[in-house]
Amino acid sequence: MRRVVITGIGMVSPLGCGAEVSWQRILEGKSGAGRIENFETEDLQTKIACQVPRGDGTDGTFNPDDFVAPKEQRKVDPFIVYAIAAADQAIEDANWKPETEEEKCRTGTLIGSGIGGLQGIADTALLMEEKGPRRVSPFFIPGRLINLASGYVSIKHGLKGPNHSVVTACSTGAHAIGDAARLVAFGDADVMVAGGAEGTVCRIGIAGFNACKALSTGFNDEPEKASRPYDKGRDGFVMGEGAGVVVVEEYEHAKARGAKIYAEVVGYGLSGDAYHITAPASDGDGGYRCMEAALKRADISIADVDYVNAHGTSTPLGDEIELGAVERLAGDHAGSLTMSSTKSATGHLLGAAGAVEAIFTALAIRDQVAPPTINLDNPSVETAIDLVPNKAKKMEINYALSNSFGFGGTNASLVLKKVEA
Amino acid sequence: MSNVAEQVKKIVVEHLGVEADKVVESASFIDDLGADSLDTVELVMAFEEAFGVEIPDDAAETIQSVGDAVKFIESKQG
Repeated sequence: MRRVVITGIGMVSPLGCGAEVSWQRILEGKSGAGRIENFETEDLQTKIACQVPRGDGTDGTFNPDDFVAPKEQRKVDPFIVYAIAAADQAIEDANWKPETEEEKCRTGTLIGSGIGGLQGIADTALLMEEKGPRRVSPFFIPGRLINLASGYVSIKHGLKGPNHSVVTACSTGAHAIGDAARLVAFGDADVMVAGGAEGTVCRIGIAGFNACKALSTGFNDEPEKASRPYDKGRDGFVMGEGAGVVVVEEYEHAKARGAKIYAEVVGYGLSGDAYHITAPASDGDGGYRCMEAALKRADISIADVDYVNAHGTSTPLGDEIELGAVERLAGDHAGSLTMSSTKSATGHLLGAAGAVEAIFTALAIRDQVAPPTINLDNPSVETAIDLVPNKAKKMEINYALSNSFGFGGTNASLVLKKVEA
Repeated sequence: MSNVAEQVKKIVVEHLGVEADKVVESASFIDDLGADSLDTVELVMAFEEAFGVEIPDDAAETIQSVGDAVKFIESKQG
């Protein structure tokens, strides 16, 4: 099968607009969490989130007008705007601008979302209740559909290859990149613009996850402390928003045009828990088999893996189950394994999480540094694995694994490899 | 320009994101102002909302330009 490499990265995250600025802030141990100020939270249990810092585009702020005309922004939910912005950055970064018909047809899009246009659905339902069906906008449907993130990016950049999407809750971003890499490996395309986007920090989104008892509720007065994977004090995840998009490309194609290469996508594994709609199976078997499948595809063993970017959402149940699965897989090698959760800084970007974290994993390989798990002051369990508490760690990273697990018992793991220049 | 024409112009500028001086009576939404078929549906909805008139689908199809919209709304209000 053909080799596939990452040649472009783009991101809109709670830490800023841009992959590099987000990454620098992660390495500095910054948190993207804050009080929600843009809608009423008085009657919500959770009053905090990791929101994209909006501004005029300076100092890492996100100015949507830089990517999407204001009149177009009105038609779509925030997840589509984030996806377009991250894709613009990734395409620019890869310096791949297909011009010939052949180049356009060999370049595709595969951007997913966990939930899609939740806010627009809620607003439109209220509008219809108040004013009747004749006031429902013609942009209501196309502005909420999950695959319209791929659709808008395809149209904007003239990408005529596979136009696909993924919906697997919090595994979406990882599945999107894994599936896109497979399309390239199989020869369906030479280049794919792939990732995940989410924008559900709104009243109904918070209320829904609160009802599932998934969100942190005990840190409303110190939001930056709320996301604390593996720490004794953790009480749920902090909802994030944004998008991560990568350009994955066939290796010879990238080499021939002198593209810079962040990492090679060497492994991709998928599995299902077949257990419960929201809770992970207590034995961690789904995650275990998923990582095992990704390592098998990469043709390596866990002993070859230097760094794991964990799913680690900061929920009481999930963190220890994942840690247990990694320990079981690592066996005697646990002591030489390093694993951290960048969700401690970004919060949980749901359908965008896997893509954003694949980018951080690629940057960890590029910079040979493991990002920290912030707020990890008192680990809830003892482990031989280095969870990188609070401070980034310089280290040799040749192979790295990134995990994503989602509601419905859907699991995805990616293995990235350093490519010698 | 009549009051209706002023308001129509404002709605068109807002929805289509075009320069105000391009929104003249003879301007076609699709040919001159860059609208697509979905934009025109939304425009008609905005006119209904702003002027409190109902524009049935067959009438909506005849509203292709700024002038068409002004004429239709004035006829309903008169």
